[in-house]
Amino acid sequence: MKKTYKIEVDCANCANLMEEAAKNTAGVKDAVVNFMALKMKVEFEEGQDAKAVMEQVRANCKKVEDDCEIYI
Amino acid sequence: MNRKQKKNLARIIVAAALMLALAHVPLGGWQRFLAYLVPYLIVGYDILYKAGKGLKNCKAFDESLLMSIATLGAMALAVYEDGDYTEAIAVMLFYQVGEWFQAYAVGKSRRDISALMDIRPDYANLEQENGSLERVDPDEVEVGSIIVVKPGEKIPLDGVVVEGASSLNTVALTGEALPRDAKVGDEVISGCVNINGLLKIRTTKEFDESTASKILEMVEDASSRKSKSENFIAKFARVYTPIVVYAALALAFLPPLIRLLGLGMAPEWGTWIYRALTFLVISCPCALVVSIPLSFFAGIGGASRQGVLVKGSNYLETLSEVDTVVFDKTGTLTRGVFQVSAIHADKLNEEQLLHLAAHVERYSTHPIAESLRNAFGHEADGCLVESVEEIAGQGIRARVNGQTVCVGNALMMEAAGAEWHECDAVGTMVHVAIDGEYAGHIIIADVVKEHAREAISALKRDGIKQTVMLTGDSSKAADKVAAELQLDTVYSQLLPQDKVAKVEELLQQKKTGKLAFVGDGINDAPVLSRADVGIAMGAMGSDAAIEAADIVLMDDDPLKISVARRIARKTLRIVKQNIYFSIGVKVLVLLLGALGLANMWAAIFADVGVMVLAVLNAVRAMFVNKTTI
Repeated sequence: MKKTYKIEVDCANCANLMEEAAKNTAGVKDAVVNFMALKMKVEFEEGQDAKAVMEQVRANCKKVEDDCEIYI
Repeated sequence: MNRKQKKNLARIIVAAALMLALAHVPLGGWQRFLAYLVPYLIVGYDILYKAGKGLKNCKAFDESLLMSIATLGAMALAVYEDGDYTEAIAVMLFYQVGEWFQAYAVGKSRRDISALMDIRPDYANLEQENGSLERVDPDEVEVGSIIVVKPGEKIPLDGVVVEGASSLNTVALTGEALPRDAKVGDEVISGCVNINGLLKIRTTKEFDESTASKILEMVEDASSRKSKSENFIAKFARVYTPIVVYAALALAFLPPLIRLLGLGMAPEWGTWIYRALTFLVISCPCALVVSIPLSFFAGIGGASRQGVLVKGSNYLETLSEVDTVVFDKTGTLTRGVFQVSAIHADKLNEEQLLHLAAHVERYSTHPIAESLRNAFGHEADGCLVESVEEIAGQGIRARVNGQTVCVGNALMMEAAGAEWHECDAVGTMVHVAIDGEYAGHIIIADVVKEHAREAISALKRDGIKQTVMLTGDSSKAADKVAAELQLDTVYSQLLPQDKVAKVEELLQQKKTGKLAFVGDGINDAPVLSRADVGIAMGAMGSDAAIEAADIVLMDDDPLKISVARRIARKTLRIVKQNIYFSIGVKVLVLLLGALGLANMWAAIFADVGVMVLAVLNAVRAMFVNKTTI
């Protein structure tokens, strides 16, 4: 399952860090952050609850870049 | 500028003004330090705050933390030596200028590119049962609804015209300035602007499935497919900061200790710590990390303005490396519709021969009849056409102004007793006999597109090494087209599966460069996906082509292939310039800094100055030079 989320982030390097953080979150198979379009595409592993996983993704992203937001 | 940007700009200006003013205030010692602390905190308080958070989360390589260490370190050195505080403030100031500029430039490009792609319809005028109009969100319109598009409005959903006629401006979709006509029964696609007439349209697709939505989604998603350059930069950024930070640590401690313990000299801690701090200022890979995706984004945006949709940064990169272009013939290099290509009259003049043939074929729905009628143009004149009779497998016989005219193939001529003869021309021969006497023939053939020849020569001029044409047609027809267009290689009489095999063969032969396949998206989806980069053309309204290809040309002008390739090459040139320039300057300033030849001002330039230049360079990718097309 793939879903796209709108994100808010100021710097391109932070976007890359968010991508890394999202990828390393449990339940996420793959994630791509598109800094120019301010979008995050997340592919979830089978049988995962997207909403719960995304809460975790947001928490992990906040850890690497405080000044970011993911609109779940 | 949004509110955050305005606020940051104000902070930068106030801090800069204060700093400059303080240079003229005669203060000394602690008073001076406290005075300079004011502009420093005005411009840098959020960075310090973020640095604190970074420290709490154990992020050693956090950008804000490094910047804070560098500037606080410089402040401390200034206090220790009662020296110059402006350097520390300037580092923070310019760092903020850089951040501000980056946010502004990226936001502006985002807006510019979405303005280029100004095809998103805002509303639809939905016709109610009582005939009144209601303005609704296009999302809410169901398939089969009747919508009204007034002059000046965008067509919000794909559909069929049921009432009215107008000209449509398709420039945002195709880059083509010439308007298209739309009349009852025509299919129209969303994103076009209605120029003059009122159109009533029955919608055939939902908003999400409509052309405008699909195109917008595709262009926005394009930068999610990252190119090799972007992946390289992402990897580089991950190792760059740690390396610079460790180098700074080494620079701060090793030389003084060696001097002190090994050589018995004065350690000069201040000098070496200062040099280490300049390292920290350059430790952010921002210039690269922002400018590379921005270049691709701008390139893709500029291309879409020309009616060239690129589905990913990676495809733009591949396209720039293409040196072999393989074309499908029908529908790509030729129009794919039959047209009168020659008239060989034996008895009458050419105009009269065509005139008679068109009359006889007046009521036929055969494609050949249609092309004859189109060629003649003013078919409905006063001539008397009667007793029209279609003879299966032969042609049509009719009486025109009292004469019996037969129009058909060789069998028909023999049946009519007319003595026909062969012809060298390529295409389908349509013979004409009048009262049993042979009058001549008309050749109907698929014709080469207007810009096809120009397109091939433009590609060759731009360094394409090999041009190949694949076709299912006879070798006679294929060779003629190939000679006319000066293609290098032709493979004819191919079945669809043979085309895939041929492309695979060509791919195997290649050692360098990439291969592009250009087709019309009909029947050649497997070939489009097999090639390094698949280009579909004439995609206005064809979902199949949009799905299958990597790059989509909205109109069917083959000249756009070289336009697309030029945009790709320009974008990649900019990307390479930015990579070499940014890394080059940073490495140079790091080396000079280690030797004590570069001060913090140079470090600020290597960080912020390079970023500003790289961003400005990246934005260039959006502009397509008209004169070079």
